[in-house]
Amino acid sequence: MDFNTLFSDFGGYTITGLTVGAIYALVALGYTLVYGVLRLINFAHSEVFIAGAFAAIWGWAALGLDRDSVASGFGSIMLYLLVGALIAAAASAGTATVIERVAYRPLRKRNAPPLAFLITAIGASIAIAEAFGIYTRRLPVGAPTVVKNDVVFTVFGAEVTVVQLLILGSALAMMVALDLFINRSRIGRGIRAVAQDQNTAALMGINKDRIILVVFVIGGVMAGVAGMLYDIRIGTLTYSVGFLLGLKAFTAAVLGGIGNLRGALIGGLLLGLVENYASALWGANWKDLVAFVVLVVLLMFRPTGLLGESLGRARA
Amino acid sequence: MTSVREWIASGRHAVSDRWHDAPRWMRWSVIAAVIVFFYALPNREFYQWLGPIPTTGSNFGQVLFTVSIYVLLAVGLNIVVGFAGLLDLGYFGFFAVGAYTVAVLTSPSSDLKTLWPWLLALPVALGLTMISGVMLGTPTLRLRGDYLAIVTLGFAEMIRVAATASDFLKGQRGFNQIPHPPGTHADGTPVFGVLDPRPYYWLVLTLIILVVIGVRNLNRSRVGRAWISIREDEDAAQLMGVPTFKFKLWAFASGAFIGGLAGALFAGKQNFVSSQNLELLNSIIILSAVILGGSGNIVGAIVGGGLVAYLIERFRGIEVLGIELYEYRFMFFGLVLVVMMIFRPQGLIPNRRRAAELKDRRKEVMVGG
Amino acid sequence: MRQKLVRLVGGVAIAALALGGAAACKSDSASNEAGGDGCGSKIAFFGALTGPNAALGINMNNGVKLALDQYNKENADCQVTLVPLDSQGNPEQAPGLAQQAIDDAQILGVVGPAFSGESEAANPLFSEAGLVHVTPSATRPSLADQGWKTFVRTVGNDLSQGPAAANYIKNVLKAEKVFVVDDQSAYGAGLADEVKKVLGAAVVGSDKVQGDGKQSDFSATVTQVKSSGATAIYYGGYYAEAGLIRKQLTAAGVTATLVAGDGVNDPSYITGAGAAAAEGDVLTCPCMPASETGGTFAEDFKALHGSEPGTYSDTAYDAANILLQGIKAGNTDRAKLLEFARGYTGQGVAANYKFTENGDLAPEAVRVWAYVVKDGKIVPDQEIPKS
Repeated sequence: MDFNTLFSDFGGYTITGLTVGAIYALVALGYTLVYGVLRLINFAHSEVFIAGAFAAIWGWAALGLDRDSVASGFGSIMLYLLVGALIAAAASAGTATVIERVAYRPLRKRNAPPLAFLITAIGASIAIAEAFGIYTRRLPVGAPTVVKNDVVFTVFGAEVTVVQLLILGSALAMMVALDLFINRSRIGRGIRAVAQDQNTAALMGINKDRIILVVFVIGGVMAGVAGMLYDIRIGTLTYSVGFLLGLKAFTAAVLGGIGNLRGALIGGLLLGLVENYASALWGANWKDLVAFVVLVVLLMFRPTGLLGESLGRARA
Repeated sequence: MTSVREWIASGRHAVSDRWHDAPRWMRWSVIAAVIVFFYALPNREFYQWLGPIPTTGSNFGQVLFTVSIYVLLAVGLNIVVGFAGLLDLGYFGFFAVGAYTVAVLTSPSSDLKTLWPWLLALPVALGLTMISGVMLGTPTLRLRGDYLAIVTLGFAEMIRVAATASDFLKGQRGFNQIPHPPGTHADGTPVFGVLDPRPYYWLVLTLIILVVIGVRNLNRSRVGRAWISIREDEDAAQLMGVPTFKFKLWAFASGAFIGGLAGALFAGKQNFVSSQNLELLNSIIILSAVILGGSGNIVGAIVGGGLVAYLIERFRGIEVLGIELYEYRFMFFGLVLVVMMIFRPQGLIPNRRRAAELKDRRKEVMVGG
Repeated sequence: MRQKLVRLVGGVAIAALALGGAAACKSDSASNEAGGDGCGSKIAFFGALTGPNAALGINMNNGVKLALDQYNKENADCQVTLVPLDSQGNPEQAPGLAQQAIDDAQILGVVGPAFSGESEAANPLFSEAGLVHVTPSATRPSLADQGWKTFVRTVGNDLSQGPAAANYIKNVLKAEKVFVVDDQSAYGAGLADEVKKVLGAAVVGSDKVQGDGKQSDFSATVTQVKSSGATAIYYGGYYAEAGLIRKQLTAAGVTATLVAGDGVNDPSYITGAGAAAAEGDVLTCPCMPASETGGTFAEDFKALHGSEPGTYSDTAYDAANILLQGIKAGNTDRAKLLEFARGYTGQGVAANYKFTENGDLAPEAVRVWAYVVKDGKIVPDQEIPKS
């Protein structure tokens, strides 16, 4: 325990933790949405994220931004961000759709036991991650500097940078948009209906398969944007990072209450903070342990999470 | 196409029926022949006649030892996943507990400096793995099945992080000079030496046979019936008065015990244990082995474990179109999991009851629309 | 109908067995033809050729290939072949591969095992079998003290390189605040410990990260380095993580010089970090720069492989040459070659070799050099004095 390290730069650890947490939260949304509707842990969601992260890097490379280049000029930076986000979101949503079609739908048609879904999910996850690994020869792929990491302002002695603001801002914006979409739109109502009772929803004329597909696509879009933000923050991408990040995002989803959208946000930010504080206290090598300890303790004492499980119920 | 499939299916049923109808002595002699075959397998005089079966990239005796360890692990995981229907994604964690307990108690590089002989450390290792199984199981087995899967995954990862990061467990520096199992030949040379992998393989093979007999008896007892009832419908089992939690814990602990045994055997052979042995994908490999072979069926688990571990080593050093197949092994296992679950969830050698359960569910959905 | 099929299948199976048996028999008889003149004998390379640390293994394998290529050109009538044993740096696979090498009677010596972990698992087998293994890169000091009769090391261990790096930080960089990071690997943690010992109070903080490609977000470590105000960072580990850490440090505005050992002394470090971020970083290596050794090693290497020699290419080249010189001198069985290698003295590309009775490189033969990243290239800076 090393409190000096933590308190010497408490603000810095907090802001970094929140940034990491915002990415967890975006990925956690995918777990939460699919779980809320299908009662299924989409284990392959981590690879949905990875697909987006790779797509963004390769998309930028196709636009002439390779690993050593630095984008400049407000207009072109915004353009690169937008294009990167679009490509990443498309790739992730596509991957999610393929996983749904190939791995889950045949099982659903057969009413397979829940564990069968989890096993195919793990299988799909490994197969996709390995495919990326083989393609990239298991080497890290460098991302360009799209946004320069300049300090914008200082708060409580902590420097807040452009990248951190960008990540926090876009994550929050996407959360709000999603919340509005689920609560206000027609499709959102369909999603809530299916989450509450699949069969009744089907009787009411809702196309269940379509709703499920929409849910996977939305989760994919969120994960894709998270992937691009990850590229910007870390600057490199290795094929194997999805696994651990996915596991942590899942922990975040459970922490907030799986199936609960706002819970995913709270859970993600909280997990990011806890993890970063812990690595200051005990050293970064113990960081990954924290997420699992949190998960186990939480499941023992409050398996429904902080805000409770509810995609449909809360606003019924 | 369909006719070919049906033809194969009918052939398989015929084999299986014939096997079940065969007289007792015949079945026993076939089993005995198979056992004799596997005892003879690591001898060069024998395997050199087996054509492409021996591995080319790595020593065949050593490969057989690895394969036998995987078979043991598959038999253990089969209790948890196949019999009791609990998805354990961190099974390799128990292997780690077994191997590390032996290492800490016996290795001169350990901080304890106890320097026990291997045989003395073995029961402690087995006891500790069972305790760790119960400790992990007690809070988590009350949870839903999918949560259990994630928590066990977390458990295996926690063990890896702890082994890497803690000074006591030495991280990648590991423990060296772990002693071998005891025993000397008439001329004073040790039975379990450094060079010859065969005694270790024979030891594991013998233990596999003992474990299989034990597991088979357990499965045919009250415990086994309780496991099946839990797997089929936990709520119904609970209503009928089966103490489900207790029996789930039992399954978990027996699985852990076998995992720990495999770990202790591995440590006794390998001489060196470090956190590099704890790759998470190992858990996945064993799981895919059980699923591939046919979860719930001991023979299926053995075949699955043996096949998967053997194929990994067989791929080594083989190039097709300039691509080293070994590089593709994990992708292949991932695809196996998906394809098996979609087309043949009961595995290569299915458990009859389990296959029937899956069929039942299929009918349910047809009625329900 | 079915019975017929069974017979047919049975017949095919028996035929296949017979054929396979014949083939196996044939290959067996071939392997027993190893002559006494050293012609047709083999040496093996034992190390990671695939997997996360493959770059170093490939560097070494290429060095060995060069040595062999030159030998076989000179001795066209009496060739030696190379057997690659790809361990992926994983100790679990090491015994099987070691046994594979031992079983092949034509293999007279091994270059490797490349890493310390796999050495622990494989060396007892080699020692028992009396097969000499010359490691160009396993730098854990204790490897020499385990009583392995067959151990030879052509590279200075951590005890030489760690203190040298610390001296450089103290005397050349004159840094008063140093932050030490390691990747918890046997190699990285070993080096970091030696550096900490020498620097003492100048170390203002330390942290551990995960190697083997398991971690790529180092923000927690970066925050610590930043708030510690260190002017130099020592990293014990390999180039993959080092590159990412450097990139993220620079992105967070930390300009302190990063100093690291030979595991980072690879062009991949600069590609990982970006040339601008890596500029001025110091990489130590117990190997002499090509310009110092005279000879044409670097040119020959480039001519054969089309790339510059990387870290450990030179020590591996020397290791292979020691074995090949032994074979050439008529030491064509394992016992004789072992004796030759352990008693070897002579000038190689990376050092002037002389071994202790444990097979370790004699301390006076170890010369540690500092290299600096300049304009996206690793260039030699100076030899670091012993104290």
